[in-house]
Amino acid sequence: MSYVAIADRDHEEEHHDPQTFITKYIWSQDHKVIAIQYGITAIFVGLIALGLSAMMRLQLGFPNQFSFINPENYYQFITMHGMIMVIYLLTALFLGGFGNYLIPLMCGSRDMVFPFLNMLSYWVYLLSVIILVASFFVPGGSTGAGWTLYPPQAIMQGTPGTDWGILLMLASLGVFIIAFTMGGLNYVTTVLQARCRGMTLMRMPLSVWGIFIATILGLLAFPALLVSAIMMLFDKTLMTSFFMPAISSMGADPGYTGGSPILFQHLFWFFGHPEVYIVALPAFGIVSDLLSTHARKNIFGYRMMVWAIIAIGGLSFIVWAHHMYVSGMNPYFGFFFATTTLIIAVPTAIKVYNWVLTLWEGNIHLRVPMLFAIGFVFTFIHGGLTGLFLGNVTIDLPLSDTYFVVAHFHMVMGVSPVLVVFGAIYHWWPKISGKMYNETLGKWHFWMTFLGTYSIYLPMHYLGFQGVPRRYFSMGNTEFMPASAQDLNAFITMSALFVAAAQILFFVNIIWSLARGPKSDPNPWDATTLEWQTPDHPPKHGNWGHELPECHRWAYDYSVPGYEDDFIPQNVPADKAPVGREHGEEH
Amino acid sequence: MEIGLITLAIMLAALLGWLLKQSFNTQPWIAEEVSATAHHGPLGDGSNTRLIALMTLLAVVTSFFALILSAYALRMELGDWVPMTEPQLLWTNTVMLIFASLAFQWTRNGAVKGQVSRLKPGLIVTGLLTTSFVIGQFVAWQQLQAGGQFITNNPSNAFFYFLTGAHAVHIVGGMYVWARATARVMLGTAEGTAIRRSIELCTIYWHFLLLVWLILFGLLLST
Repeated sequence: MSYVAIADRDHEEEHHDPQTFITKYIWSQDHKVIAIQYGITAIFVGLIALGLSAMMRLQLGFPNQFSFINPENYYQFITMHGMIMVIYLLTALFLGGFGNYLIPLMCGSRDMVFPFLNMLSYWVYLLSVIILVASFFVPGGSTGAGWTLYPPQAIMQGTPGTDWGILLMLASLGVFIIAFTMGGLNYVTTVLQARCRGMTLMRMPLSVWGIFIATILGLLAFPALLVSAIMMLFDKTLMTSFFMPAISSMGADPGYTGGSPILFQHLFWFFGHPEVYIVALPAFGIVSDLLSTHARKNIFGYRMMVWAIIAIGGLSFIVWAHHMYVSGMNPYFGFFFATTTLIIAVPTAIKVYNWVLTLWEGNIHLRVPMLFAIGFVFTFIHGGLTGLFLGNVTIDLPLSDTYFVVAHFHMVMGVSPVLVVFGAIYHWWPKISGKMYNETLGKWHFWMTFLGTYSIYLPMHYLGFQGVPRRYFSMGNTEFMPASAQDLNAFITMSALFVAAAQILFFVNIIWSLARGPKSDPNPWDATTLEWQTPDHPPKHGNWGHELPECHRWAYDYSVPGYEDDFIPQNVPADKAPVGREHGEEH
Repeated sequence: MEIGLITLAIMLAALLGWLLKQSFNTQPWIAEEVSATAHHGPLGDGSNTRLIALMTLLAVVTSFFALILSAYALRMELGDWVPMTEPQLLWTNTVMLIFASLAFQWTRNGAVKGQVSRLKPGLIVTGLLTTSFVIGQFVAWQQLQAGGQFITNNPSNAFFYFLTGAHAVHIVGGMYVWARATARVMLGTAEGTAIRRSIELCTIYWHFLLLVWLILFGLLLST
């Protein structure tokens, strides 16, 4: 039986155009609108988290100078900053935002296979964000347990937000996971079922590969967070003892019997480590496409890049306990997890080499998206290398809970993915809005962000080596820390405020572009992938007009020898690509 | 964590094998006519969308239960664990759920063979049996509490309530889809193929939850 993609079956009832403002922009089932809704919500909540980090840095750089920051607040700021950035910003933006926008367009489908479920996914996500933000306003404020929410302190008196904050946090996570599952089912099924004719798996752009594998990781890993959240909720509200040990609190016996806090850590990191790659894999994929497009060269080692994504995804499930070296474990376990952690560096290094080799002798156009993509390669290499330090038990033990760790994970999964987010927004903005942005402003944004983040996190590594502990509200008088450490902290804070302020450029650029920006060409970067070949610009509901595209080639036909243009779009048939004059004469 | 790990490993291995088969020995850089490559399309002919989505969902649910069982195994080793005695009613409930699965299978077979007369009675009987299972589980909880076995007594109790509750919630979720299918059959608004698909998928879900229950019940009995 010949293959007919589901996207080919253009049922009227499934693809009728939305008529009213509400069905078009609010209760929309169009993947592009849902993607933008996800994006705006995630960026909004990310700005809250950015504000929180500025507050933390104020306290660390200039201790006890600000009356509105007390130790309780400080812990609430770090907790909410971490949780929001990792889950509500990055996960939601990469999968809900870019996943939604790119999968159907890059695969040549009209929409996600379950548009209603897709819409529901966004609204449930919004609900989880509302619950999360509400926790700032309940009595006692949001939880201050640290983003890892380790018991017993997460639910014991003395930690900020143990009355309501922690309940709302756990509830919000539960709701988020439901939203993610609805979205994730859609992304996986759409990739597997709704690709256009000719779009074999191995012709998919790496962006789609990254998002696809990250979604699978999320679907399998988020249940671990759900299980631990439910069990902790039980410990808090019903007084069970899943995680809570027999413990006395403020001189009283709260009534818990020998539960295991380590059990929570296992469950949490069983989710928590794949989560790193849930954020990283889409970034890997997107950055591959940005580098290839703006270097006018095919990605180096496409198949290896795909397999590396798959290998990293698989390995990410067997490294979780490297977050728990200091929790105490059998030395053989430590050996095992150190080994698996270091093995993951192999496919990751393959990717890095391939990115660099893609740039090698490429026709590099240093446009804004390309700057961000190259910036990512830098920050990711630095963050990745410090990961090799921390993956070793003997090096991790002294560095654990110091600023070295903070610097490491911010470089590798804070700065790096955020650079990709910006690169991706600048890259696809013409497609999303139909307008161009100001190139100069974009470049200023990049350099200020890139150099600014380096001046935040490079000194932090040094502070970590000095033994400056993370999570402390103030350092007090400690002999092992030189006075200069405080000066460095003040410098880091100034840099952080500088970087935060630099983001204004991004928003100014976006708003200027929407209001005054020149119309963009339908394919301003001369890219090969299908989303740039839509009949309408920006693409309308249903994406492809009357006829679905057919895919004839992979996504990386850049600078193919003998052809007139330096790119051949994926929907150009093998014999229709315009050949160069010389080459044509030969035939 | 071994249970969670092994389950995930099996699921990932299956996926990995399939992906490798798709990607091995391909030369993506070579442009080809569509006709030549179109057969490399996705799983099947594209009519499997809902089945793929269901299978993905079942993978998620499997991961969920496997992780609870991992936690169960880890927590069990600690000193304060006292095995609990499960209520006898669970046996009856188990039989109910087995019959519910059988009834759904019977209905499904009818739907596939085009024996429309089977649909109404089949769906109703399935619904009744499944509802009895859920009510039975609730009654078992009541019995336990009447006997002084509360959730806080011991971690084994806490896990019992958590596992049975989580399983029941999944059953109730399935009942929503069952209710929609049944309503469409009753009102006669169903189109033949659509209802057959719906029943086929429901049957898979029912069998899956029966399997989960049998594993859970076996574990509860043996520990």
